[in-house]
Amino acid sequence: MTESRYHTKCEGKCCGFCCTRIEKLGVSKGSVEILENVNIHIHCGELTAIIGPNGGGKSTLLKALLGEVPHSGQLKYLDSNGSRTGQPVIGYVPQHLSFDTGTPASVSDLFVASLSKSPAWLLKPRSVRKRAIEGLRKVKAEHLLDRRLGALSGGELQRVLLALALDPVPNLLLLDEPVSGIDQGGLELFYNTVAELRRNYDLSIILVSHDFDLVSHYADRVILLNRTVIASGTPQEVFGNENTMMTFGITSLFTGASQSNNGKCDADHQCSIADGCFDSDKEDSDNA
Amino acid sequence: MLELWYNAVDFLLPFEWTKYDFMKNALLAVLLLTPLFGLLGTMVVSNKMAFFSDSIGHGAFTGIAIGALFGGLQPLAGAILFSVVFAVVITVIKNKSKASTDTIIGVFSSTAVALGLILLSSGGFNKYSSYLVGDLLSIAPMELLLLFISFISVIALWLLIFNKVFLVSINQSLAASRGINTLLVDILFTIAIAVVVTITIQWVGLLIINSLIVLPAAASRNVTRNVRQYHAVSVIISMFSGISGLIASYYLNAATGATIVLIAAVIFFTLFFIRRRFA
Repeated sequence: MTESRYHTKCEGKCCGFCCTRIEKLGVSKGSVEILENVNIHIHCGELTAIIGPNGGGKSTLLKALLGEVPHSGQLKYLDSNGSRTGQPVIGYVPQHLSFDTGTPASVSDLFVASLSKSPAWLLKPRSVRKRAIEGLRKVKAEHLLDRRLGALSGGELQRVLLALALDPVPNLLLLDEPVSGIDQGGLELFYNTVAELRRNYDLSIILVSHDFDLVSHYADRVILLNRTVIASGTPQEVFGNENTMMTFGITSLFTGASQSNNGKCDADHQCSIADGCFDSDKEDSDNA
Repeated sequence: MLELWYNAVDFLLPFEWTKYDFMKNALLAVLLLTPLFGLLGTMVVSNKMAFFSDSIGHGAFTGIAIGALFGGLQPLAGAILFSVVFAVVITVIKNKSKASTDTIIGVFSSTAVALGLILLSSGGFNKYSSYLVGDLLSIAPMELLLLFISFISVIALWLLIFNKVFLVSINQSLAASRGINTLLVDILFTIAIAVVVTITIQWVGLLIINSLIVLPAAASRNVTRNVRQYHAVSVIISMFSGISGLIASYYLNAATGATIVLIAAVIFFTLFFIRRRFA
């Protein structure tokens, strides 16, 4: 039932048949198991949000997927023909790019260094510059090309990183949502771009999120992670399951997030849990 | 080959300070070395590795001691081998361990210097104390060949791996997500620093070698906004202070390395105070 929903939802170029499977993933540091037996199956065109208590292993999961921490289990990618292509191409937008803001490096330097072999300190090929502008245009940030990285606002930097993560178009896009430093307008622009992208590309998105309003707005599926997958399903299902939420003390966090939005999203969320009008909410925000 | 250089200098720069062969050798060495310091320095500073490159100098010092003791081998060959191993070990431990980088470098650096001092003092310390201060005017023709080879290799390496070093310096996770082997890039970068520092240490000395790497890039950061400007200004400052330092030290009869560093420091402070105009 639900599977077919995901497949038919794709419009545009997305085929909806390729998928990414995380199988029996486990991470342990010393004798402590941070993650065990994590199984996640994501279709392209689908945005899966991962929520969970602090220390529940959200960031570790991303690091494991990026190959930064050693892990057991497998990450498999299957394209629409079903022929296994092994490791997916991963795009990553970090939560907080901790870099020296005084660094003399421009947005175009970042693109040249990422996309081409010609050393950014010597050559900046025009073709790469063009490619960078096209990428930035997708996230409405082409005017930032020659700005210094350290001079960008939080939201601008996030969009630049999204544009970078989308070139080359990844199979799996990992978004680590920023906790702070991004204005509400910037955040909405960011998520609207993401929502648009996933309908147009063969792209699965994993979003590690702390903002439950955004999750209920944009996610197709929510995964509650605490050492392993505790609950998984549509936002309604997971957020509706009060016992699960209570167990991890998330209710308080949820209310906090809602209040910060002047109660507007609170109403939306109430309605999404109550009678499943979640989808129409989502459509609205997509069209916006 | 070298005759060609001597004739060229006599023809192009017929000054008093270029009369002597040792000055011609030193000038060539400065022209080959300072661009490398300018280039490598940019990412040393961006990666906050100033302390790290300092400790590589200490490792090189120990390497020279080991090379000198186990004779047969040229001290320099032993030194390069040791400091490369030293640099790789620190880099790997830095990547694998949770202890702060500062602490790890501090531990290795002081261990290396202690070992070097013990080895050298047991073999008659005075003979090797020149490595602490260095003497740029002592460069021999064979060493110039070695310098030329390092010059070519470091430039080639920088053309090949700079983009990766740069991405790692911006953010390690971001670099990893683009398929970069961050540890390997780190290791190659530190090997380049280790080799350049070790070769140079006998001419510049352990005490001030690190300033040659850090100062030009640190000065350049004050007035540049992108990677290309950063490199260009850093190399220009490095070469300018190198050449003017060599000439000034000849007339002042002062230590060459120290004069170069002092000129670079003056440039740094000048640019530091006018930096707001470029922000």
